[in-house]
Amino acid sequence: MMNPPTPGALTRFQDAFARALLAPAAVQDDGVAALAAQPAFAVYRNTVLKACIDALQANYPAVARLVGEEWFRAAAAVYVRESLPTDPTLLRYGAGFADFLERFEPAADLPYLPGVARLDRLWTEAHAAPDQEALDPAAVARLAPDALASSILRPHAAARWAWFADAPIYTIWSRNRADGAPGADLDWQPEGALLVRPRDTVEWIALDAAGYAFLDACAAGSTLAGAAQAALQVQDDVDFTPLMSTLLEAGAFGRMSLTDNR
Amino acid sequence: MTTVLTAGLGLKPQHYDAALACPAEGLWFEVHPENYLVAGGPRLAWLEAIRARHPISLHGVALSLAADAEPDPGHLARLAGLAHRIQPVLVSEHLAWSTWRGAYHPDLLPFPRTDEALARIAANVSRTQDTLQRRIAIENPSHYLKLVGHAWDEIDFLKELARRTGCGLLLDVNNVYVSARNLGHSADGYIDAFPGDLVMEIHLAGHTPDPNLGEALLVDSHDAPVAPEVWALYERLIRRIGARPTLIERDDNLPEFAALLSERQRADAVLRAPLAMAA
Repeated sequence: MMNPPTPGALTRFQDAFARALLAPAAVQDDGVAALAAQPAFAVYRNTVLKACIDALQANYPAVARLVGEEWFRAAAAVYVRESLPTDPTLLRYGAGFADFLERFEPAADLPYLPGVARLDRLWTEAHAAPDQEALDPAAVARLAPDALASSILRPHAAARWAWFADAPIYTIWSRNRADGAPGADLDWQPEGALLVRPRDTVEWIALDAAGYAFLDACAAGSTLAGAAQAALQVQDDVDFTPLMSTLLEAGAFGRMSLTDNR
Repeated sequence: MTTVLTAGLGLKPQHYDAALACPAEGLWFEVHPENYLVAGGPRLAWLEAIRARHPISLHGVALSLAADAEPDPGHLARLAGLAHRIQPVLVSEHLAWSTWRGAYHPDLLPFPRTDEALARIAANVSRTQDTLQRRIAIENPSHYLKLVGHAWDEIDFLKELARRTGCGLLLDVNNVYVSARNLGHSADGYIDAFPGDLVMEIHLAGHTPDPNLGEALLVDSHDAPVAPEVWALYERLIRRIGARPTLIERDDNLPEFAALLSERQRADAVLRAPLAMAA
């Protein structure tokens, strides 16, 4: 067995410097400790921290609007020290921010905050997803009923959907995602959301439990008959004509394939 | 016949519409590719719309070439994909590191200029050029710290890096000024010693005094107009080496597009001065 190679001077320097950026007291390397003691070292520390916090604030605008900038940036600073970006495309930074908010003690009395963060994240995913032509509703309308039942509709590459069983997250999020006056009093009830980007702009609509189950089944490769079955299991009075028409008009589907398993 | 670039502008999303409509002759734009390494959507659509009218330069901030590790293969592959799609007129990166052991520190971090660092950076630059199948330009950094342990003078280090890899250099005149002020050496001396034949691109930007330390520490903040001292260094450089593609960089505290365009016209005028043309 060979011993692991001794790290070179550059590796040792970078280990110590990276540690000094986030935890000044922990620096062991004398040379880097002397660097970190120079007042100018704060330029690096501040730049790194500010860039990460700015990115989180840009990526989680509804959360920031709900809690205010000061609270948000303080919480973000805690997150940054736990989870630096792993990808230089900072648009993707903060994948774990909703989970962080779940266990962030100062957010304990804001139980809707992680859900709002999840929808902010889905917006980012939809925004940067591959381009795809949305399925033309007329192509579906032309099918005979039994062909329709056995066809498979694949969700659009930018479509994202979520279900929140405990709180009206979609209403809270959509009121805080765009500028606008707060709406009427909230009905504290379960809600779902569908985000789509059929062209350049991310759009969103409310989704009920049946619609959520239906899209999940479509994404798993079910036929429309199978997806309808899944929807009926969560809601026994589903009216499929308006559900299909809402999803198709929104641009929730990308491709359609016909199966011959009848 | 390749495009002859004069003066260009850093492009920010707030200025897309104005940039798209701008008829200025010879105008080109530079972006940070990291903001466009996405699968699809409006960002790429905007960039492609600009690209249909103007040359684009990709100025990377995150390859972390001075880290004691290979550039992240996924990031490098995405960069190559964007370059293939956009066909940039220039590609550049920094003499700095940012990603280390999988964590990205969004800044341009310093290191001791040693033989070991030179060998590592040369390998990383070569890998990048092989992947992108093109020559890239490496930018001189801004310095804030008095770092002991340099075995190489910075200009000699850059010249040797270019000799080993065939890369070109990006001379950021504001970085020269900021570093000279912070570390206490001569900016004129640095500008005069810089190898003109390797300069593929020049950057001009604004700086600001550090909020705590004031004039004792200038920060390369890109949030202000180009300073008079930096214009003077730029004119001195162009008189010596001749015209080179020159970019006005502005990343923060963005003014109207017209204000940036007038700084760009000033650089353009320096490039078109008789001595610059003759060189």
